[in-house]
Amino acid sequence: MINLEVEARTRLGSFNLDAEFHALGGEVTILFGRSGAGKTTVMESIAGLRNLSDGKISLGDRVLFDSCAGVNLKPERRGIGYVFQDARLFPHLTVRENLLYGRRRLTLQPYKGDFNKIIDLLDIASILSRFPSTLSGGEMQRVAIGRAFLSNPDVLLMDEPLVSLDDLRKDEILKYISQLKDIVSIPIIYVTHSVDEVLKLADKVILMSDGNVQASGTPNQVMGRPDLEPFVIDGAGGTVVDTVVDFQDKSHSLTNLAFPGGNLLVPRIDASRGTHIRVRIRSRDVALATVRPESISVLNMLGVKIVSISPPRGAVVDVVLDAKVPLRAQITQKSALELNLNEGMEVFALIKTVAVEGQEHV
Amino acid sequence: MLTALEWEAIQLSLRISFWAVFISLPFGVGIAWVLGRYNFPGKSFLDAFVNAPLVIPPVALGYILLVLFGRTGLFGRVLEDWLGVSLVFTWEGASLASAIVSFPLLVRSIRISVENLDQGLEKAARTLGANPIRTFFTISLPLIWPGMLAGITLAFARCVGEFGATITFASNIPGETRTLPLALYTVIEMPGGESAALRLMIFSVVLAFIALFLSEFLARRSRKKFRSN
Repeated sequence: MINLEVEARTRLGSFNLDAEFHALGGEVTILFGRSGAGKTTVMESIAGLRNLSDGKISLGDRVLFDSCAGVNLKPERRGIGYVFQDARLFPHLTVRENLLYGRRRLTLQPYKGDFNKIIDLLDIASILSRFPSTLSGGEMQRVAIGRAFLSNPDVLLMDEPLVSLDDLRKDEILKYISQLKDIVSIPIIYVTHSVDEVLKLADKVILMSDGNVQASGTPNQVMGRPDLEPFVIDGAGGTVVDTVVDFQDKSHSLTNLAFPGGNLLVPRIDASRGTHIRVRIRSRDVALATVRPESISVLNMLGVKIVSISPPRGAVVDVVLDAKVPLRAQITQKSALELNLNEGMEVFALIKTVAVEGQEHV
Repeated sequence: MLTALEWEAIQLSLRISFWAVFISLPFGVGIAWVLGRYNFPGKSFLDAFVNAPLVIPPVALGYILLVLFGRTGLFGRVLEDWLGVSLVFTWEGASLASAIVSFPLLVRSIRISVENLDQGLEKAARTLGANPIRTFFTISLPLIWPGMLAGITLAFARCVGEFGATITFASNIPGETRTLPLALYTVIEMPGGESAALRLMIFSVVLAFIALFLSEFLARRSRKKFRSN
């Protein structure tokens, strides 16, 4: 296992970067935050494409940068693979030549993987002799991922690789990245500002804002915290719940998911019993009732306990609920007062939408 | 079909132009790279200096060369004393004159491609383990090649047409510096040289078109390989 340790400080005009984190081999660590949070600056610093004024970056037992010791390896000597937002395939080289461009590095150490295996996994065998200008956006990004990967890096840096793709293509590439993750032992650092990608890929999330690390931990720990809501894109905040498939309700085309706090019904997922499913419940999709409502179209209703009520933000308040797992509801301040909600109260949470985010094969 | 004198003039024109462009190409790429990529104090001065031959009358340029590279000139004396070489009245001198006159055209075309070159691609190459030298030769140079090709063609055509600086610096010596334009000028000045002049004029035009078609063909072939964005 190769781990990455980052301690990065630098000043760019009025922007001040001061970030410290580590990433484990075999895991996807997501740098998450709004644009301007300094995510790309961190990535470029790791790659050696940008100079830091102060800090230390080490990869396994190799020091890539150390301001105290005066170490600053050139990008080509860092052993990194970088997937850029815009693919950056070399237009004068074929897909095959692009893929093999980084293989020179292999004279230094024997190649750990297998060219054909990667080509098959990314499904690019049929386009090897084509030039980049003839590829679709999704194909380009797959080649870019393969190219970075085939250079035999000790860390894979992916800077918003999906940002220019449509949703269908995004899902397709995410699938490939998940598969890739399963076969490598290097750390993968992935930058995004999409909650969706965090939930589908992340083993660990580093939440960045204004050049600083605001929080880090599992997606569960980070994405559900109401105090972090301002750093996450508005309205996208919510809770992530890890569930397993309990049974299929074939007659209603529903799937019943079990989690410690009860069961959730979602539109049918094609997965067998016991499959781990990660779902997201956005706080604005959760309504509260003090008595059990009868005759209501909402399928998912849980008995929960109120843990805390936030001070009002405009018209709304955030209510943190205990449903054996943390759950959050965003309701109006007016409702909170009229229902006379208090901490410790037992209420019913009505969940309008459960978004199925990721499927992990265990 | 061609008379010996005509053939001589054509060969001389091609040889002088070839060496002029060949020798100035590395300098052209270097200067275009520096001007297209970097900002530094004195950049506008360098820019003006490189482009000066476009606006200075060629005869004046030839005279400047004569002053600098003549037997008693600043550089001429050094060449004469140390290497025993003199450029005045030689075909090498004609090449130098052509190179200087055509240099701005060479730099301009290459500079545009250098400015359009996506530095992100070079960064990508670095992350793939290529050092700056390998990056330059495998990524940058192939990508500015269409611009270089355009520059080479333009500069070559300008060299073939060079007259003023050449006749001033290298004179009009048959078999040595009498290129097509100089030969054409010579026969026009001679009484009864009209038909010879007509033939030389046609050769000049044909040569120019061949150069144009050749460059268009090469450009199309490299475009076919990749559509640069």
